[in-house]
Amino acid sequence: MTEQVLAFCEDLRGEGVAIGTSEIQDAFSALEIVPWERQQDFKESLAATVAKSPKDREIFELVFERHFFRATESAALEYSEESEAARNTRMAEAQGDGPPPPMDMEALADAIREAIEAGDESAMNDLARLAIEAFGQQGESSGVVGVDLQRIRRGLGLTANEGDGQGESKEPLDRGQLARFERQLRRELQRGQIQRQGQLPPSRPLSELNRALPMRGAQDLAAVHKAVAQMKRRLATLGHDPRGAKRGRQVDVRRTMRSSLETGGIPLNLAYRPKRPRKPEIYVLCDVSTSVSSAATFFLSVLHALHDSFRKLRSFVFIERISEVTHVFEEERDFRIMSERITSEGGVADISGYTDYGRVWREFLEDVSDDLGPRSTVIVLGDARTNGRPPAEDLFAKVANRANRTFWLNPEPELYWNYGDSVMNAYIPYCDGAFECWQTEHLETFVDIVASGRPSLEKPRARASRHRY
Amino acid sequence: MSSTVSPLPDTPEEVASALREASYLADDSTALISFLAQRLGKPILVEGPAGVGKTELAKALARASGRELVRLQCYEGLDEAKALYEWNYRKQLLQIQATASSSPESQAAIEMGEIFTEDFLLERPLMKAIANPEPVVLLIDEIDKTDQEFEAMLLELLSDFQITIPEMGRIEATTHPIVVLTSNNSRELTEALKRRCLYLWLDYPSAEREIEIIRLHAPEIDQALAERLVEVVDMIRELDLKKPPSIAESIDWARTLILMGADDIDAKVFKESLSIIIKHRTDLDLVAERIGPRLGRSRDGDPGPSKNGN
Repeated sequence: MTEQVLAFCEDLRGEGVAIGTSEIQDAFSALEIVPWERQQDFKESLAATVAKSPKDREIFELVFERHFFRATESAALEYSEESEAARNTRMAEAQGDGPPPPMDMEALADAIREAIEAGDESAMNDLARLAIEAFGQQGESSGVVGVDLQRIRRGLGLTANEGDGQGESKEPLDRGQLARFERQLRRELQRGQIQRQGQLPPSRPLSELNRALPMRGAQDLAAVHKAVAQMKRRLATLGHDPRGAKRGRQVDVRRTMRSSLETGGIPLNLAYRPKRPRKPEIYVLCDVSTSVSSAATFFLSVLHALHDSFRKLRSFVFIERISEVTHVFEEERDFRIMSERITSEGGVADISGYTDYGRVWREFLEDVSDDLGPRSTVIVLGDARTNGRPPAEDLFAKVANRANRTFWLNPEPELYWNYGDSVMNAYIPYCDGAFECWQTEHLETFVDIVASGRPSLEKPRARASRHRY
Repeated sequence: MSSTVSPLPDTPEEVASALREASYLADDSTALISFLAQRLGKPILVEGPAGVGKTELAKALARASGRELVRLQCYEGLDEAKALYEWNYRKQLLQIQATASSSPESQAAIEMGEIFTEDFLLERPLMKAIANPEPVVLLIDEIDKTDQEFEAMLLELLSDFQITIPEMGRIEATTHPIVVLTSNNSRELTEALKRRCLYLWLDYPSAEREIEIIRLHAPEIDQALAERLVEVVDMIRELDLKKPPSIAESIDWARTLILMGADDIDAKVFKESLSIIIKHRTDLDLVAERIGPRLGRSRDGDPGPSKNGN
């Protein structure tokens, strides 16, 4: 069993949960005083010592199910063989080997109702598996957890007592209980998915896919919003000077004298002049043409999440022309409305709707070049695809010259730079840094650098693609 | 509740029932982790949305175990002087002045460092928790409001239950405090801190548990109304609000309903008492728009299935 737990922790590490040796020790000392045979207690103790954030906990649940499914309970083991058998018959059916007897949906629905009303967790768990099998037989599995869940729920006629009063024949179920059953269903579906995709190493589906920036037009805005919220949290205390850094601080004589009155005129406490952190002025230029628009709104919203920590942050969007959208961010905190307004009010497309970088630099210089100074940082987000138009790097050089620092974020992987109509190389010489930026991790590193004014040493992986000139 | 410190319970169930006596309804994992924390002597890190009873858990633990609660409320800029200890400069100064005029031997004593003793120490919450001869419950509330440097300072305390004062040496805890840290998850805590704690994620409770909690804190409410209330609150929580109603607010609402003499939550009552649970301008509009009509309909038409079910 000790090995089981260790293997389990190893599994979790593989999924990207950071588990230290001390945590494993904790887990074992916890398990010494908690009876192992009670599954719930066993699991909670492990979770408390090993999974230390809601996200880790989610992963923990999935891995736990996967790992201890066979090991902890013989009952569970038996069941897994049964469902294995069911899966085999399904395969056979697909090959035309005579259909297995179809499951009685009515009976199943009734059994589930009963279990839900009784609040019997383990029965619900079993029935959830059965239900999934049953619907799998009907060939209704879509492979998307949420869709399947809804389908099964509807198929079984499970409704909560929401108070629609549509004259249902069956007694409505308690919402809380139903939600519990749904959770079971969801977990089973997810587990099934992991098992189906079992070929690829388990670390990939859970950790990395989540972190990739959504790039499609039809992306889930909620997912973007979540990523932004996470980043906001990460950056909440960033940019403050380290407290211990007392070097170079100036003694405030006036305040020292004042406070020495407390101690009878002896200056026991030295008062220092507060250090004002240097806050950069930031100009963000964002390409919002169709090829990069989703990454652009995402990026803008991150920077505006930082609005308070920067003295001045001005945002521009461009396709053919340039347009300032700072006010949109100031007025609108709702991400959804914000991105809608940016696309509708920007007025940046002229005739063709293709990006024209040369014109953008010219207009940007006309509009704000007087404001650019030694404190300014210019950040460009774009794929540097000019659609065959002149890149006008001399104008860009002027912008870079006026500003203190210039960064370029390219939402395309570095591999694609300079292929086709991408003219990334024309601009790179004038930038203080050019980054690929298609994962939230890239963005985090970049924000670290901008906010602190020095490169962060934490994430060498994400910085591997950094260029310095 | 006895004034003496009660012995450590032997099973998670005992913890749960002790907490229940201290009028805190713990779910299984909460009870289990509280139990583990006591037995392993590890701090608990409690995270979760605002108002699910994170702070209350610490208070209840204190009540249940008969220990004193020492609370450290965290805020931005909190430092050692306010959390750990501070030298009482004034007293030290007076001591110096008093001895300066007396014999040379005592002056020598001062040079030996006699003004750096416990007599001249101002105890702040963390120090107080450590130095207390009786075991205490130490609550470090909203640790996420401080900066990372403060977390680092806590590490020594949390893993070894000791504090190092340069002038005096180490002060070790004579008894083992139960430490509860709460966080609203407004920023990610450091790995080092998390590693030293047991982790407990508190979420909004299930409907049954919330009904129980409400009936515990507002005993005058009748079951049907409590159920209805929890149902409505659940509906509201499902909306995308700036600040969803917490348990504390459900309890407040229950008390309000009792005062109003309401026996059902219909559109009118709901509208009048809405401000008890919703504390944001835009949220108010959203809730009134989405939830209000649903309530009205269930009253005008048939009484609604929720009441049939009881």
